[in-house]
Amino acid sequence: MSGAGLEVLSAGPLTTVQDLGRPGHASWGIGRSGAADRRSLRLANRLVGNAAEAAGLEVLLGGLELRPDRDVVVALTGARCAATIGGRAADHNTVLRVPAGSPLRLGTASAGLRTYVAVRGGIDVPPVLGSRSYDVLSGLGPPVLAAGTVLAVGAPPARFPSVDMAPVPDPPAGPVRLRVMSGPHDDWFTADALGLLERTAWTVTTASDRIGMRLAGAELPRVRSTELPSAGVVRGALQVTPAGQPTLFMSDHPLTGGYPVIAVVVDADVDRAAQVRPGQDLQFTIVPNPPRGT
Amino acid sequence: MTAAPTSTAAPVPVDAAAPPEAPVPTMRFLPCADVGVLVELESLADVLALHEALAGDLPDGVVDLVPAARTLLLHLDPGRTSVPEVIRAVSELRPTRRTRSAARSVEIPVVYDGPDLDVVGELTGLGARGVVAAHTGQLWTVAFTGFTAGFGYLVGEDDRLHVPRRATPRVSVPAGAVALAGEFSGVYPKASPGGWQLLGRTPLEMWDLHRDPPALLSPGTRVRFVEVDA
Repeated sequence: MSGAGLEVLSAGPLTTVQDLGRPGHASWGIGRSGAADRRSLRLANRLVGNAAEAAGLEVLLGGLELRPDRDVVVALTGARCAATIGGRAADHNTVLRVPAGSPLRLGTASAGLRTYVAVRGGIDVPPVLGSRSYDVLSGLGPPVLAAGTVLAVGAPPARFPSVDMAPVPDPPAGPVRLRVMSGPHDDWFTADALGLLERTAWTVTTASDRIGMRLAGAELPRVRSTELPSAGVVRGALQVTPAGQPTLFMSDHPLTGGYPVIAVVVDADVDRAAQVRPGQDLQFTIVPNPPRGT
Repeated sequence: MTAAPTSTAAPVPVDAAAPPEAPVPTMRFLPCADVGVLVELESLADVLALHEALAGDLPDGVVDLVPAARTLLLHLDPGRTSVPEVIRAVSELRPTRRTRSAARSVEIPVVYDGPDLDVVGELTGLGARGVVAAHTGQLWTVAFTGFTAGFGYLVGEDDRLHVPRRATPRVSVPAGAVALAGEFSGVYPKASPGGWQLLGRTPLEMWDLHRDPPALLSPGTRVRFVEVDA
């Protein structure tokens, strides 16, 4: 007997299937991709009793409407939106039952950018190179959701949900502070540039997506005007264009970049960046790099 | 000013078993917060040697490698390892500049009828037929990948075909286009915008998800271009 199916009645501005990505394919020119806010996806999967690697839905700015063809167990995490199941208000960060035929509807998010929907059993689309993540840059992975799409749900895992709700704070509507470590190319900038990076309130511009977030606020002056040979970049890198404007690299970033990276957001803080909306401010705190040696 | 987190690998004595012409390359380690180590090397050959030494046996917690012109980036899982541990593992590896033995090789058939063939002939002074001879007459090596799935940056054996990019990029370059830019040659795996000089086209699928591996080219692959009729 096959599992449940979720019919997409409305897909919202951008809803994609995401898991924790496909590391290990850089030699073929493929980046890792995966949920922009991995922590929220992990939480949603934990709530419904899924393995951490199960695929869920990443919903940008709400607007998603789904109808299951049999009873399913779901959880909503990340950006809180006014959600309903069969017309009744549904809570956030908790285990929800959606009866067969009842639409699950996500309204507009009040704060934050991306809501995660996990369904017990996981979204069961065919994996591509070991992952069900859609990579905006390469186009790999399951297509962006559209009205009419029917998504298969995998077999429920053996274990049952062990938590009913998770008391995690909602993404803030105000400024967000992220920790960064200097480098790898901080020596390409003036002595004051790192101070300026720390002092400036950086506004997230509308030129922001799963690939990167372009920030406005100050110009970070360089001491070297030569061209940097393209080098590999990590998620969380703050790459600075010749005009001095930083871009924060997100989950679907290119494998390499041709401009110096002044600092990198620490791994534990990158997920929070994925919930910051255009117009909101980011601030950076420089923390020391790990000491060398044992 | 923050102390730049840069250092050079401790000098390592030359391995007695290694030939004298195979010195250990100098490496400079640049941390990328707690998620990566960017290793700066002196040459592309050193990048390829280190990539080869690491690719078959990744240090614990290293999840991916990204070679580029003068660097190799190691992506790490901060839950399983740390930047200092990865730096130590790479320092102890001591790759040498020995020539690679078991590199994959690929022949790429090309119809040399590209719109920029004459321009490249003028830029290089070789003429169109001379360009074809130079392109087919040398062994190319995939230095690194990127740009798009299945695209490899190929380096040749000499600089006869080093040409600038086009002043104005094309909005769409067809899949299979065989091209030149700077010190590189490459083949577009799918139709995409591009500023490279187009020499011709190949019927080969550079990227096919239903093939294993899906990419025809990966770092270190040797490539020979062979002229075929349209």
